[in-house]
Amino acid sequence: MRLVLSSEQHELRAAVRSFLATVSPPAKVRQDMEGPDGHDHAVYRRLNGELGLAGLVVPEEHGGAGGGHADLAVALEETGAALLPGPLLATVFATIVLSELAGAGGMAVKELLPGIAAGTTAATVGPLPGNRGRVTVTADGTLEGEIPAVLNGADAGLILVVTGGGDVYAVEAGAEGLGRIPLTTLDLTRRQARLTFAATPARLVAEGEAAASGLARAFDLVAVALAAEQLGVLRASLDAIVAYSGLRMAFGRPIGSYQAVKHKLADMHCKLEQADAIVRYAAWAADESPGELPEAAALAQAYVGRACFEVARDHLLLHGGIGFTWEHDAHLYYKRAKSDEVLLGPPRTHRTRLADLVI
Amino acid sequence: MDLEEYQRRARTWLAANAPGARAEGASAEDGVVVAKDFMARLHDAGYSGITWPAEWGGQGLTQAEERAFAAEAAEVTLPTYIFSIGLGMCGPTLVDLGTPEQKARHIRRLLRGEDVWCQLFSEPGAGSDVASLQTRAVPTEDGGWVVNGQKVWTSVAQHADFGLLLTRTDVDVPKHKGLTMLIVDMRVPGVTVRPLRDMTGRAHFNEIFFDDVHIGPGNVVGEVNGGWASAVTTLLHERLSISSGVGMSGQRDNPASFESLRKIVDTTDPLVRDELVELHVRTRALALFNAKLSQETKAGIFPGARGSAAKLLLAELINFGADLAVSLAGPEAVAYEDGGGLAGAIALAPAMSLGGGTNEIMRNIVGDRVLNLPPEPRVDKKVPFKDLKVGTQS
Repeated sequence: MRLVLSSEQHELRAAVRSFLATVSPPAKVRQDMEGPDGHDHAVYRRLNGELGLAGLVVPEEHGGAGGGHADLAVALEETGAALLPGPLLATVFATIVLSELAGAGGMAVKELLPGIAAGTTAATVGPLPGNRGRVTVTADGTLEGEIPAVLNGADAGLILVVTGGGDVYAVEAGAEGLGRIPLTTLDLTRRQARLTFAATPARLVAEGEAAASGLARAFDLVAVALAAEQLGVLRASLDAIVAYSGLRMAFGRPIGSYQAVKHKLADMHCKLEQADAIVRYAAWAADESPGELPEAAALAQAYVGRACFEVARDHLLLHGGIGFTWEHDAHLYYKRAKSDEVLLGPPRTHRTRLADLVI
Repeated sequence: MDLEEYQRRARTWLAANAPGARAEGASAEDGVVVAKDFMARLHDAGYSGITWPAEWGGQGLTQAEERAFAAEAAEVTLPTYIFSIGLGMCGPTLVDLGTPEQKARHIRRLLRGEDVWCQLFSEPGAGSDVASLQTRAVPTEDGGWVVNGQKVWTSVAQHADFGLLLTRTDVDVPKHKGLTMLIVDMRVPGVTVRPLRDMTGRAHFNEIFFDDVHIGPGNVVGEVNGGWASAVTTLLHERLSISSGVGMSGQRDNPASFESLRKIVDTTDPLVRDELVELHVRTRALALFNAKLSQETKAGIFPGARGSAAKLLLAELINFGADLAVSLAGPEAVAYEDGGGLAGAIALAPAMSLGGGTNEIMRNIVGDRVLNLPPEPRVDKKVPFKDLKVGTQS
């Protein structure tokens, strides 16, 4: 079990962090989230051109970097901390699903993955575990149905659809009969859309038993990837309020010197330490110990999802009134944290799954 | 010898020599005899004081051998509890700060289990704020000291031959500047050790009274009136020894652990499952954090004050688990003919939040030294001790 970063991972962290600080600082996040697609396509291109993040865990034979999930966790922690808008997380989810279906998927995976890994095509997956959605395959092989909420559903170039029968199909953005209705999202930095399918042409990626076992592992890996982003949101929230507590004066001294504030921050730090250890563990299990992955993934969502929201909430509250204003970034972290907490289903589903695995 | 070979030999030695009984076994006296005999053999075999300097009786090896031995020792029950204060705190303090004479006199005997040591810092009026202690040491003409006062929360004092005693030697300077650490012989006249019955009904600790106790010259550890620096050294070793697990039993025997509870409750009840899974999540979260700290330590990253976060979380977990366990088990947990394990657990639970620094002190440490938050203004730093309000005295 490895819970500390390697020197290469420290370098990756530094590279992603400095890239985001330059290319997508908080003011730019605000500007982009209010733009037409909710993100800057140029940022996404550079993210993939310069850092190769979309293809990080894609095997080299499919045009990716062949990195591990521990590496991916390092990168997603940073994009989470920066509240990076855009389709990176959705695309990473899609690359995970396709990579895990590579054995079962044949040609479709081989043809679809390279473009996604290179960052030329943004992709997404729906419905994610714990999300509603019902899509069926008609006799002529087209798709019928609806998925109420899909990450980046309106701007992704490729949509991986998990049908009610558990098969996986790929739908092109311009496909006939594909309806994409943008939703209003609590998290302003990440768009979602309702997708409808009416005799929509689609390409089969994987079906049957092979699809089921590949998807099961893929969605555990998705849970770990999301937990890494949540760890970044948690860490950035804590960093922000710790910094503010040293500056903001009340009754003649910094608010961070009061135990009412200090003790709360200490508890938040304890959550950070544990969330960090759990994410490293789950990412290690993803790479090195497949048998432990289901439990580790459920643990990661059960602990980190909650901890992330609690810390984001308390960081907002400890800011006082300024934290409730639109112009302050606290609400962006708060909203991302809550949205992430329910992204893979109501949190109780992770606890139920963990209970089934350990009790 | 490579490390694997070292560890293999340790395993073989422990299998052959671990008596499998604790010092508080059948009778206290028998337990002490067993423990002292075991320590002597442990030292003869080269496993006592593995990283301590060879010239004073240690083995002069590295942390790597220490960890290899500890990994094997964790698999067996060793009767070393009565030596945990000496090995974890007093001995390391003497190695760091003791005079050559003090080291020559005490360290080998400590490592061989010939002397039991205790630590005498806390007082009824000085717990979290230990620097406000009132036990007085007054110099004598022969270069020694006469001590009067009271100490409390002293583990293993009933078996102790020596103690590290923190005293007030100057009341005209601020409180941190008038302290001196002394080595006290616990067997001399004027030292009274009384078991302190705690809320579990047992006496895990003692209170110690000093009435005109004479301490000879050559027993100051560190500098006269420099006792605070000496105490900080001891406390640093205390936290390290707690976080490395010295003197702490594992969760194997804890009746309020997740593993124990899932065997006795109705695991088909969804509400029970939810509470159990919460205990599991918290247990795993802390276990992984501790594993991370240990991996960082091996990689040369010193955990420092982050160990206080781990201690705080452990205290909260123990209290949460015992509370939950009694609630899940129901009325039979608090009224029983046989058993009483869970009643014992809930009664013992507060100890972890109080010993080694309260939860509030741990939060202060994490806030001040991990998060670097601004300190609270202090009203006690510049006032001469004699003008300071301490304890519950007005």
